[in-house]
Amino acid sequence: MLFQGNAWKYGANIDTDIIIAARYLTTTDPQTLGGHCMEDLDPGFTENVHRGDVIVGGDNFGCGSSREHAPLAIIGAGVSCIVASSFARIFYRNCINVGLPIIECPEASEEAETGHKLTVDLHKGEVVNETLGKTYTASPYPEFLESIVQAGGLVKSLQKKFGAA
Amino acid sequence: MPQSMAEKIVSEKAGKPVKAGEIVIAKVDAALTQDGTGPLTIRQLRKFSEDKAANPGRTVQFLDHAAPSPRMELSNDHMLMREFAQTTGSVLSEVGDGICHQIMAERFVRPGDLMVGADSHTCTGGGLGAFSTGMGSTDVAAAISLGKTWLKVPETIRFEVSGYFQRHVYSKDLALAVIGQMGADGCDYMSMEWGGGAIDAMPIHERLTVSNMAVEAGAKCGLMPSDDKTREYLASYGRETDWRPLAADPGAAYSRVVDIDATQIVPMVAMPHTVDNVVQIDDEQVKGVQIDQVFLGSCTNCRIEDIRVFVGLTKGKKRHPRTRVIVTPASRAVMKQAADEGLLSELLDFGATITTPGCGVCVGVHGGVLGDGEKCLATSNRNFKGRMGNPDSYIYLGSPATAAATAIYGVLADPREVV
Repeated sequence: MLFQGNAWKYGANIDTDIIIAARYLTTTDPQTLGGHCMEDLDPGFTENVHRGDVIVGGDNFGCGSSREHAPLAIIGAGVSCIVASSFARIFYRNCINVGLPIIECPEASEEAETGHKLTVDLHKGEVVNETLGKTYTASPYPEFLESIVQAGGLVKSLQKKFGAA
Repeated sequence: MPQSMAEKIVSEKAGKPVKAGEIVIAKVDAALTQDGTGPLTIRQLRKFSEDKAANPGRTVQFLDHAAPSPRMELSNDHMLMREFAQTTGSVLSEVGDGICHQIMAERFVRPGDLMVGADSHTCTGGGLGAFSTGMGSTDVAAAISLGKTWLKVPETIRFEVSGYFQRHVYSKDLALAVIGQMGADGCDYMSMEWGGGAIDAMPIHERLTVSNMAVEAGAKCGLMPSDDKTREYLASYGRETDWRPLAADPGAAYSRVVDIDATQIVPMVAMPHTVDNVVQIDDEQVKGVQIDQVFLGSCTNCRIEDIRVFVGLTKGKKRHPRTRVIVTPASRAVMKQAADEGLLSELLDFGATITTPGCGVCVGVHGGVLGDGEKCLATSNRNFKGRMGNPDSYIYLGSPATAAATAIYGVLADPREVV
């Protein structure tokens, strides 16, 4: 899986209230949620983000509430993947479950700036910053998670298991 | 091999001895959702299963985040959750019954249980010695349907708390001090395990507060021992048979041990906009900060004992005219008890507004939304930007005693100086 897009750089401890405020949890539709993604921190984000862009975060990205609306909002905004120094644990699981690719790569996230062109290769566990001309190696998914990711998330892997449509 | 509390509980639920770092599939004893995350849980579950709960008697749908509902979309969400509770035979906790974590403690949590909830503060159950952790809607949908979940057995940081708490200092101050020291990601993916003389002496309602805030340091769970105090607490709700003793084995492996002297802790405040932005109440950065709204509520701090502390300090006084006060009891049982003890009457005389038991102001969905530039001192657990419904407002966190002092003086105030 290869993703290419412009970076949107944010700092440490980006919480899920910032990603999608509780006042918008009246829907579970990614498109609607995506229209308010990052709104309280960066009101220009939803207007200017392009399909395929990459969010770059610092430590503890996605901390706070367990709301799965947060990764759904990011998907709905058109973001293809998140590169961060580290992820908060509930958010990490939620991303796996809804099929939002994430990759832990502290060096890449430290050096990237908003507007840099990034290529992320999930399979190789690699982040390339085309603007800086630098390649970074990321931590791969644990083996157990790889199987859920490959199935396309937890629901799809359970559908496969139970033979549901 | 000696085990931490987390290893011990997960070993039982996985049916084999486990140690930190292993990924296992484990039996789930109880699961919860609430009206923010429940509708998505139900929609996800319906993608791979018919409406079915593996353990309906211990699967609970809570209507607490928007209670009573302020919008038709949320009313419709409530309808969906009521319907799901009915078709699965699972438990419904109605509008006005109270906050999920409080009611789980009163009615469901058992020491040694493994619980999951589609709410990050599910870690509150650790106060009764349960491995209780928050997950997202899809994970909880799977746990409800299958009665099991996957998890990585967490490493443990042991917090050894000696000494005793000074007057007007509470476990909320301990929790804030520790989060300030560890940082918002200081315990990411870890189990925070509590012990020592000050924990042994700590009543359950204060242990619940500490466990509740484990997630604010990034932790998976916050585990308290199950001891005689746990037994007494369960007995007070007619659940003594749910009790069993539980503690870590001597010699268990910890990634780190943090020693804390409770005697050194003073009233603490978390400043906007992160929970680890913690200072002492007498710090220059918070001295004299004018407060527009005081909120005594949330799963962290609005149990009956918290209301007693607040009224103990405010009785016979009037709130500062600049500062409105909102009190949201954690559950119907708490509100009833407060009524029986005459505390609600005292609160009304003080000038407080009392609202329906539930999450209330904390989550910014309805009621108590702050205006532009306004500041709130809350006994809740999060001060994120926009948390209370307005990104242009400021939330400070403190104990019920600090809330009382602040409501009296209209500025962030030290409860030790109330006269």
